[in-house]
Amino acid sequence: MSRSFLGMPAFPRAAAVSTRDPRLRANLAHATHTIRDKRARAVAELDDWAQLRAAGAAVKDRTLRHLDHYLEQLEESVAAAGGHVHWAADADEANRIVTRLVRETGEREVVKVKSMATQEIGLNEALAEAGIRAYETDLAELIVQLGDDLPSHILVPAIHRNRGEIRDIFRREMGKWGRPAPEGLSDSPAELAEAARLHLREKFLTAKVGISGANFMVAETGTLVVVESEGNGRMCLTLPETLISVVGIEKTVPTWQDLEVFLQLLPRSSTAERMNPYTTTWTGTTDGDGPRAFHLVLLDNGRTDTLADTVGRQALRCIRCSACLNVCPVYERAGGHAYGSPYPGPIGAILTPQLRGMAGPLEESLPYASSLCGACYEVCPVAIDIPEVLVHLRERVVEGGPVTRRGARVVLKPAKGHAAERAAMRAAAWTFDHPGVLRGGMRLAARTRRLHPRRLPGPGRAWSDTRALPTVPAESFRDWWRRTRGDAGGSETGGVK
Amino acid sequence: MRVALFVTCINDTLRPGTGRAVVTLLERLGVDVDFPAEQSCCGQPQFNTGYRHATEPLVRRFDRAFRDYDYVVTPSGSCAAMVRDNYPRIAARAAAEGRGRELTEAAARAVPKTYELTEFLVDVLKVTDVGAYYPHTVTYHPTCHGLRVLGLGDRPRRLLERVRGLTLKELPGAEECCGFGGTFAVKNPAVSTAMGADKVRAVTGTGAEAVCTVDNSCLLHIGGMLARQGSPVRPVHLAEILASTEADTAAGGAAGRAAGAEGDAR
Repeated sequence: MSRSFLGMPAFPRAAAVSTRDPRLRANLAHATHTIRDKRARAVAELDDWAQLRAAGAAVKDRTLRHLDHYLEQLEESVAAAGGHVHWAADADEANRIVTRLVRETGEREVVKVKSMATQEIGLNEALAEAGIRAYETDLAELIVQLGDDLPSHILVPAIHRNRGEIRDIFRREMGKWGRPAPEGLSDSPAELAEAARLHLREKFLTAKVGISGANFMVAETGTLVVVESEGNGRMCLTLPETLISVVGIEKTVPTWQDLEVFLQLLPRSSTAERMNPYTTTWTGTTDGDGPRAFHLVLLDNGRTDTLADTVGRQALRCIRCSACLNVCPVYERAGGHAYGSPYPGPIGAILTPQLRGMAGPLEESLPYASSLCGACYEVCPVAIDIPEVLVHLRERVVEGGPVTRRGARVVLKPAKGHAAERAAMRAAAWTFDHPGVLRGGMRLAARTRRLHPRRLPGPGRAWSDTRALPTVPAESFRDWWRRTRGDAGGSETGGVK
Repeated sequence: MRVALFVTCINDTLRPGTGRAVVTLLERLGVDVDFPAEQSCCGQPQFNTGYRHATEPLVRRFDRAFRDYDYVVTPSGSCAAMVRDNYPRIAARAAAEGRGRELTEAAARAVPKTYELTEFLVDVLKVTDVGAYYPHTVTYHPTCHGLRVLGLGDRPRRLLERVRGLTLKELPGAEECCGFGGTFAVKNPAVSTAMGADKVRAVTGTGAEAVCTVDNSCLLHIGGMLARQGSPVRPVHLAEILASTEADTAAGGAAGRAAGAEGDAR
């Protein structure tokens, strides 16, 4: 397994490989169907879910519209509470800031709370280059890290692994990172969890620096919030002397009252729990309690550019619950790695191309990694119309158009390789707008129906390799109507003029 | 009540039997249905692939073709969804790009009168028993756009349940996409095929003789896969079932003819 997301093949190529992996397909189908059903039950318990969802979307939209204001308020509140705020325009700047902050402590090891933002910027790799070892403490992240693997799900990064694989990874790798796995470790969930607990306990008790992300940042008080299930996050947030939190700027909410909405939406959507087991909040520093130094690194990395797109900006409402992954039929078969980013599934298909820009073949293929079935939109707790954004980004791919890159308006050129499709689509649209021509084509197809091949050449093979082609009937509906009813029903004025 | 049939380009060219079934059905229910020949494609293939601008003439054409009618009925959930969900969106984007209000007015006229067939039957004609007879076991796949964009709910099922002779078999995982998705089927063939294979396995597992939907586009994919596997399960549009009567069955079956003699996947 490649350790790097860079240079991955475009989505259809990667997915063609993963769909042929029966173990991956079985692991994913089992896990996603289980969470999907539990989520549906948890959501059905609330009779005001629709209103909660609308409120979540509204709070996020309002905050994003005035994000500059709330970020300044947040910065003031964090500083007033004894924290330090750093602004990072992109991944490199964020990594430089965190590396410098860790170096200033003199430490060479850090413990980490599971965080999408640090995955997004490749922080662990950047720290490793600087000679600093970052230990993941979330159980699934630990499995991914020990397995020299990449996360494949937002909430359950090791969803593609089954218990037997996890046991093998623990037995083989734990000793290289610290306390080895117990002798005779089996694949029972309790034994695996106990092995992880013993291994991690060592890290929690020795680490002087903790690194986290945050689910929410409350502007009015400068409070950060982490929502988790295992309690390992709370250990990292409270035991070390220095805490560094790297958080995307879109995680801001104005007030504590807004949390009321999201602390209902998030656990039910992500883990299908009524309430998440651990909610940790921290505000700057407090004498005699928790870390003595707190740094907040506010991460942009393409977010203000995304905010400039009136259709695409709704992706920034995302609260990383992963409900869309768990219902997505494409994710279920392709697996998370095919999306070439820490953000897989439907949300990844719209977030990655926007955060990175249409940077290459992978980003250009992601908006097409969907059948537009709409299941993702239906379950999204903040009502992100993912199909709408997918189609919008497809337009950017095939037609180009104005976008914002690093704060400047630029006109994107159409992606290479769509010339033939563009010509075909325009020709089809033209033909459909000239029914006289369309009728001629249909009659020609009907007359030659016995000559049509059973398998198509070129791009058509993608259809006919696995699906029989429809036969062209002897008479179109249009011709049947004219033959049996005459032209009384409507005149045909749309021929070639 | 002036009612027009929007047959859709796929039905017109590949499954004309579905259009004929809608005409038969509506006339049997006393509706005088017209077919304005000026109509063509709703523009969905272009729009969903990213060619929004190419769909604008088709929005105008839809409006021209159907302007004089009170209702536009279509045997396609996805094409009805295209009109209702995306025409206003196309119009709003065009207005934002400074191309006037012509499309906005076209969309405003098209949206409220466009009905998918089962909506028209249940909501406008207020019938669920359409006098059909179809002595077969059938499983129903609710297509994504019918299910999620139009919100058809139990309308198709209520109609099927009143068809005499018909035995409805529950389809496991019914609400999961079949994997067609328009150009998705050729742009992501591996995933599309994997999704289709699971859908086909669920369909054949029911033991039904036929699988029916309100969308022939999905049926081309599901039926194409069934045919390639040599499965005897027939893909049938819901309209063809609703149009069938005992007289047809005695004469060899209109629905049988529609599904077998033409437009069928081979």
